[in-house]
Amino acid sequence: MDGIHDLGGMHGFGPVRREASEPKFHARWERRVFGLLNLTLAAGIGNVDQFRHAIERMEPVDYLTAGYYGRWLHAVESLVTENGVATAAELEARRIALAQGAASISSSPSSPMKPPLGRRPMRRAVTVAPRFELGERVLARNVHPAGHTRLPRYVRGKRGVVVEIHPAFVFPDTNAHGQGERPQHLYGVRFDGAELWGPDAEPGVSVAVDLFEDYLDPVEVAG
Amino acid sequence: MSGEHDHGHDHGHDHGPSSPELRAEALESLLAEKGLVDPSRIDDIVHRYEHDVGPMNGARVVARAWVDPEYRSRLLTDANAAIEEIGIDGAQIERLVVRENEPGVHNVVVCTLCSCYPWAVLGLPPSWYKDFAYRSRVVREPRAVLREMGLELEPETEVRVWDSSAEVRYLVLPERPAGTADLDEKALADLVSRDSMIGVARVAPPSPSDV
Repeated sequence: MDGIHDLGGMHGFGPVRREASEPKFHARWERRVFGLLNLTLAAGIGNVDQFRHAIERMEPVDYLTAGYYGRWLHAVESLVTENGVATAAELEARRIALAQGAASISSSPSSPMKPPLGRRPMRRAVTVAPRFELGERVLARNVHPAGHTRLPRYVRGKRGVVVEIHPAFVFPDTNAHGQGERPQHLYGVRFDGAELWGPDAEPGVSVAVDLFEDYLDPVEVAG
Repeated sequence: MSGEHDHGHDHGHDHGPSSPELRAEALESLLAEKGLVDPSRIDDIVHRYEHDVGPMNGARVVARAWVDPEYRSRLLTDANAAIEEIGIDGAQIERLVVRENEPGVHNVVVCTLCSCYPWAVLGLPPSWYKDFAYRSRVVREPRAVLREMGLELEPETEVRVWDSSAEVRYLVLPERPAGTADLDEKALADLVSRDSMIGVARVAPPSPSDV
């Protein structure tokens, strides 16, 4: 989707601000959300593409103001409600109860089975050969899907060169929507600064983006 | 900002039902009750990323590559195998790719769509890496961004930006600074900063007092 998250090339965000001696988390709830997301995905409640798409679908103002772990919090709520684990009403009732002083988390019996932490692998073996070869000129498609995609706006319709053929991975555009994994080859595609930004590009700059086969077309060779 | 959107992360003292504190607690308590999440495992994961996983891992990789040309070559061709060789658990990174800085070529890493980052070798990303300014600008004006961050590149140096838009994660192998011929691998690793492995800094030579 052409959302607020797709920031590459946008103007107006000002200088890069560094935080001196930055802690890894700024509040206790950020730690909990960090762990919760890892465990939610490890438990098979949604997948990483659903997670990313939940963030992309945030109201733009919320996206810009919630902070990194605030966005994660929103996404974990979405994974839980959209995968039928709990309803929004249940979550709200629990929040109200906690705000009114209900006992916090009951210590759950620790589960004897500990699944591996973190996400499930997204790499897949495919039998088809890569469609494009190293050094080949390719065109990133000028498409604007309303759903999840990892084809950034700033490369759409631009020409680049394949600099790396990665193994095949699950296709985020379908996997985020329960439409299957459709694993396919992934390519590192390098774009010249001038191709992306025109005459105002800084000299001697290129950007390489990892693009799925379905995002690419061959560049017709003239003559 | 209107009141209904006023729930940013700066409002740590807001503990009403819509505060992030209570939203997180409600989620954790419901998921624990349903037997889907064990709260003690949250502690384990947080502890791991606060104490055991961080840029010291990447620094070990870089230092080894500086002292061992064969390791460097393995690292550049199969980084996952190379980090596991020195005991780094790369399970969270399905494909790690290392890009080497050299005279005339400088590499820098970003994720414009979210904040993908090679956790296993660098730990959790700094705020600026996740913020909108870096994500929007470094693909468009990397020289200006690097200059602002204190890294001035020669005009003839080519700048290669890597936007981690899929499941591949990137680590920059920075150039070994001059004046370090006498340092052993451990001392070299101590010099390697997180920022140099993202590509927004050079590795500073040892200060005279360290030598």
